[in-house]
Amino acid sequence: MSPATGSVPAIRVLGLSARLRPRHLIVIGVGSVLAALVAVISAGVGDYQMSPARVVAVLLGHGTPMEHLVISTIRLPRVLLGLVVGAALGVSGAIVQATARNALASPDLLGVTAGASVGAVLVLVVGGSGAAASGLLRSVGVPVAALIGGTVAAGLVLLLLRRTGADGLRPLLVGIGVSAFLSGIVSWLMVVATIDDAARANIWLTGTLNGRSWPEVWSATAALAVIAVPLVVLAPRLLTLRLGTDVARGLGLATGPTQAMLLMAAVVLAGATTAVAGPIGFVALVVPHLARLATGSAGPPLAASAVIGALLLVCADLFARTAFAPIQIPTGAVTAFVGAPFLIWLLIRNRQGVLR
Amino acid sequence: MSLSGSLLTRPPAVRQRAQGGWLLVSLAALVAALVLSLAVGSRALNPAEVLDVLLGSGTAEARAIVLDLRLGRTVAAMIAGAGLAVAGAVIQGHTRNPLADPGLLGVTSGAAVAVVLAIFLLGITNPVGYLWFCLLGAALGTILVTAVGLAGARRRDASPASLVLAGAAINALLGAVTGVLLLLDSATLDVYRFWTVGSLAGGQESAVLVVTAPLVLAGILLAVAHAPALDSLALGDDAAKSLGRNPLRARLTGLTAVTLLVGAAVASAGSLGFVGLVAPHVMRRVTGPAHRWLLPQCALAGAVFVLIADVLGRLVVHPAELPVGVVLGIVGAPAFVLIVVRYKKTRGARR
Repeated sequence: MSPATGSVPAIRVLGLSARLRPRHLIVIGVGSVLAALVAVISAGVGDYQMSPARVVAVLLGHGTPMEHLVISTIRLPRVLLGLVVGAALGVSGAIVQATARNALASPDLLGVTAGASVGAVLVLVVGGSGAAASGLLRSVGVPVAALIGGTVAAGLVLLLLRRTGADGLRPLLVGIGVSAFLSGIVSWLMVVATIDDAARANIWLTGTLNGRSWPEVWSATAALAVIAVPLVVLAPRLLTLRLGTDVARGLGLATGPTQAMLLMAAVVLAGATTAVAGPIGFVALVVPHLARLATGSAGPPLAASAVIGALLLVCADLFARTAFAPIQIPTGAVTAFVGAPFLIWLLIRNRQGVLR
Repeated sequence: MSLSGSLLTRPPAVRQRAQGGWLLVSLAALVAALVLSLAVGSRALNPAEVLDVLLGSGTAEARAIVLDLRLGRTVAAMIAGAGLAVAGAVIQGHTRNPLADPGLLGVTSGAAVAVVLAIFLLGITNPVGYLWFCLLGAALGTILVTAVGLAGARRRDASPASLVLAGAAINALLGAVTGVLLLLDSATLDVYRFWTVGSLAGGQESAVLVVTAPLVLAGILLAVAHAPALDSLALGDDAAKSLGRNPLRARLTGLTAVTLLVGAAVASAGSLGFVGLVAPHVMRRVTGPAHRWLLPQCALAGAVFVLIADVLGRLVVHPAELPVGVVLGIVGAPAFVLIVVRYKKTRGARR
């Protein structure tokens, strides 16, 4: 959609072209730097305090074995997980908001996190002692079950949405209803579980990056990488979809399959992050708005959402660890403290009744 | 088509007799649910034994089970159900929002968190002391909800869903607050869980119920007293004013009523959701929109719902027990989704 005069800055290489949007690039660059900075600071904070410079030194290889141990087995996985989970949630939220053309849509409001909780708790409760911390069931079964649960819940909500339509706030009410139902199921499972299983499930349910380690980092990164590849291809179609389904169809886009693929990607991302870090809410809702404000674009930008999501979550995690030291509050609680007032503000500010 | 549709075309005297008849049906349902609640449990009694105990005679074992174990929770369930159902109907009338429910809008969470904060920060252990904080939390929650609801109603294309979404945000926020408090003071985990999930298993102290029952009654009477004003508010503030009503006074009365009802209900049984949504919707099909019939019916229907939910909670995972809040969530949430999905059809092409 560039004007015929060609005054829009773009890169053209071997038949492929992409628009250069300076503000996007600045936001992505600055955001990445800030995220890395906060990550380094966060890696230094804890029982064994280290200054950021020391952390960098350890990462580069010059450090005592004790520092290496602390950083590489405890701090680094947690910080990296925060970055990856934040990025995944940001992208997931951006996709859902752009596809549904609804400023308040987000995977957690649409029941994905509740469904993932049901899947994970089911495995933890039914698996019994086989789902203990070091078992295969725990490291593979729980995330897979969470992913399946999230997908099923999203499918249920989408099925219901066929009757209400995707516009307006009613899809979110459907999502809230489905989430409430699934939360009831989770409570049921917790009641029938043994005390040990219930305690394990409770830990999983708290939505925290505490106690996660390298396996979780790898699975989250794998999910993000796997989704990122088709997303690069689908991203231009996302822009077209934002014009509305009729116009998009008129421009030759197959709206049905494209929407389905995009939503599938969003659900997989949200489900995978819930699977490894428990339910962390409101990030997928808030980050696309922040990214849109920062880059000044008309719709939620994908890459900027990833970067700002990573930054937000790493900051939230740092706050969660240090605010009430030595007690660590769940990262999900911090995001709820920030995200819930934001949602209320969005609702109040919304003059047209629903959309952006 | 609703049952009242055919009734509304009859002369008023016939309508009143019909509504009176329906009230008697609800009352009978309540008595049946009450007996069921007293009979069901890990040691099941048959209704004859229960009636014996209630009438004064009966074996010592049956008396112990009914009077010591089950009567408290039954009364608490009735108080909470009646209070929340009437509160839901009143909020729906004031905000002109068919999806309003004290649980969904965060009013019950507000009351529960107020109590939790009181326990945590002020160390209150007296049950009657909790009650004041319950009422305070319910009042703050209702004021917030009414403010957001009215702000929304003034916009021309306001959607009822905004209020529910704001309530969901408030619930999430209060849930995070409770979660953090739980971590900071894990010693009283069960107490917190009672307030925020809603359970009748704690063995309600009669001291609490003796205070909350009159409060709920007072709330119901207040609500019924302003029922005509509530009817005219449905037409909009301006139309109500031109009909001679005072919307502000009606709102204040409604606010007081909802505060009393929700505060007493949460103090009896913790934070329960969906009762205030489902009971008015079901009863409106019987009574039509007139609040002077709707509100008493809601009280009875709400009590029946919570009693049945409690009985279900005791049956499905026998001999363990599902908290009544969980059962209401599992049953009420699909009902809520059904209402949302079908809402557009009855309103036509408004959206």
